[in-house]
Amino acid sequence: MPYAAGVDVGSTQTKAVVVDDAGAIAGRALIDTGANVVRAAEKAFSLALDDAGLEEYEVGFVIGTGYGRYKVEFGDAQMTEIVCHARGAAVMFPGTQTVLDMGGQDTKAIRIRPGGDVIDFCMNDKCAAGTGRFLQSAAAALDLELADLGPTALRGQRPVSISTTCTVFAESEVLSWLARGKRIEDILLGVHRSIGSRSFGLLRRVGIENEVTFTGGVTRNEAMVEVMNDLLGTELNVSEESHYMGALGAALFALERVPHRDGSREPAPTHAAATEPAS
Amino acid sequence: MTKPVAEELIGRGQADGKRLFNEWFSGLTSSADEGNQAAYVFVMGSLVELLRTFDLQVVFPEINSLQTAVRKVSDEYLSLAEDHGFSPDVCGYVKADYALQLRGGEHPMGTIPPPAVAVYTNACNTYIKWAEIWERMYGIPIFTLDVPGSRCAPGVALSGTDLESDLKYVEYQLRELIELLEEVTGRTFDIDRLRGVLDVTNQMGRSWRRLLEINRETPAVYDSMMEGTIFLGVVNALRGTPEGAMYFANLVEEMEYKLEHGITPHGNEPEKHRLIFVGVPCYPIFRRFYHLFSDWGGTFVGSTYLWFASGGLNLDFEYDLNRPVESLAEGLMLGVRSAVDSMLFQDRALIETIDAYGADGVVYHPIKSCRTVSTGLADSRRVVLEERDVLCLYIESDMMDKRVVSEAQMKNRIDAFFEGLDSRKIRLGAGTRGVGLSTADVAPSGAASS
Repeated sequence: MPYAAGVDVGSTQTKAVVVDDAGAIAGRALIDTGANVVRAAEKAFSLALDDAGLEEYEVGFVIGTGYGRYKVEFGDAQMTEIVCHARGAAVMFPGTQTVLDMGGQDTKAIRIRPGGDVIDFCMNDKCAAGTGRFLQSAAAALDLELADLGPTALRGQRPVSISTTCTVFAESEVLSWLARGKRIEDILLGVHRSIGSRSFGLLRRVGIENEVTFTGGVTRNEAMVEVMNDLLGTELNVSEESHYMGALGAALFALERVPHRDGSREPAPTHAAATEPAS
Repeated sequence: MTKPVAEELIGRGQADGKRLFNEWFSGLTSSADEGNQAAYVFVMGSLVELLRTFDLQVVFPEINSLQTAVRKVSDEYLSLAEDHGFSPDVCGYVKADYALQLRGGEHPMGTIPPPAVAVYTNACNTYIKWAEIWERMYGIPIFTLDVPGSRCAPGVALSGTDLESDLKYVEYQLRELIELLEEVTGRTFDIDRLRGVLDVTNQMGRSWRRLLEINRETPAVYDSMMEGTIFLGVVNALRGTPEGAMYFANLVEEMEYKLEHGITPHGNEPEKHRLIFVGVPCYPIFRRFYHLFSDWGGTFVGSTYLWFASGGLNLDFEYDLNRPVESLAEGLMLGVRSAVDSMLFQDRALIETIDAYGADGVVYHPIKSCRTVSTGLADSRRVVLEERDVLCLYIESDMMDKRVVSEAQMKNRIDAFFEGLDSRKIRLGAGTRGVGLSTADVAPSGAASS
């Protein structure tokens, strides 16, 4: 049985997914990227193989995606996370027409056709406001664990207004609200709303068409899901696999490129959509 | 006469263009050394024909500035201007030129002579404030030529009394300018010389339009961003000169040869993606910027830069040599209006270009330095996406300031754009409009809606 894998090396975390020949997830792994990107990719892939109970030779094709995609040195090809998230979302939720991917350092709004073909996309530019990094700054300022941000924010009732567009300055703004006696819950709800409104702006730039699927690491934050549902006036598609969507999309693209149905590893076939341009 | 062999023809335009451009800067250096009078002008509404009639050395500060970026020293110039109080948000061209003046005309390609006069239109609001800097620095006369806007959508030509009044208004200002130039140079205006220079510009204009037209064919024979930028430099710097006319006649010969033999800008590589470029290139990483597209097989078959920065030569207009001053006024007005309209009504022009050039995608490159050319691009993109089945890429950086050029982010977007183009080709090739890469055999797992 041929298997395929996708390794999504993000700025904060590295995700790996192995799929079977039906495209079902056979194994997955998630680790912090850290400073050694090559090592992170190898480790995530290895852990995903363990999770699937497979040996490396059983995986016929591997695609690297994310900012560190060219550091997936054992991979056969690279694709951007934009098309991979689109593909993953389209397969996971076939009614998807719009994808919102919120990661550690960037947020993407992607319009897609049924099947995952990208029509248009838009990303935050040169600034991490409106991304997971913004939440990390808030967590650091308030001395909270990242996992506690969502539940704490959901207890907020009177959200403060976070006006800065700078992630670094956001920390000072959070501290200034604390100094003015505001509740942590209300400050955090304000932070989530600030990020939500930026993401909403990106979505509007590509045009919002239902269904909207939410992907990326920030999907694990319940408050962010609720804020986005509120802003969009509809329920976002979210699943337990949303964090893995880029790796899943890459694995699904890889599955189409497994050269031999027995799953043996061969050099990457020439496929313009998947391979890095020759320079 | 035997036709030159392919080896002599292919690449001649690029090589000659570079040589002429180097000679142009050598000429500027000689003028600076000899203390010749220089007229500072801008590419939109340059009026070089009139200035050449007075034997003034023409200087294009925009070209000087962008060359500091191409030569990878723009940061030195920008920093110097910012040390003197300019904001990082101010146009990089202005700041590089300001620093160049502070450095006594020192430029990576030679020495730029100081201005004896500055002549410009209202095609760009920054031109006016920029010239005021030279006025303060050198106490020189500056002349703003106010060109009335078109006040109607493109294709709806202004006619009757409105058009006549507008033309008279521009012509009257030109006659005032002639008096000023007589005063500055101590020479008497020679209308026959103007007639001769306009005649040469007419020849260049014919070649320029043919050049733009050639790339409508498949495959395209030159890249409008990479080679086109070289052509654009020559068309501005050598406008109205016999060398310029000869260069473009030769260039057309080269491109027609390439067309006849199916030679693409990528040599023997087949054409893959036909793109339109909107805006000004990213000069601080010019060659790498080009390769971010060409490595994927992308060819810029057209570029708005070759319209709005060609001084109106893209328009189907020729100077009437029987009435040179009146015709110069007409050409100036049409050229400036077209340049401004190409920003305000860009979507219509782009849609026509997409159709005429058979483009697969449009690359928008708004720049931090210039809100004038960048502001409407997001709207233009939306209209183009609604009306044509093409992909549009929107990447922001700058034409001067490498501090706002984030190459990794740019590459990510460009890669995704080409992945989309490839995917679209597969979809259209398979005749499965609306369906992406095959997913039929892929089953969702663990999907749950919150």
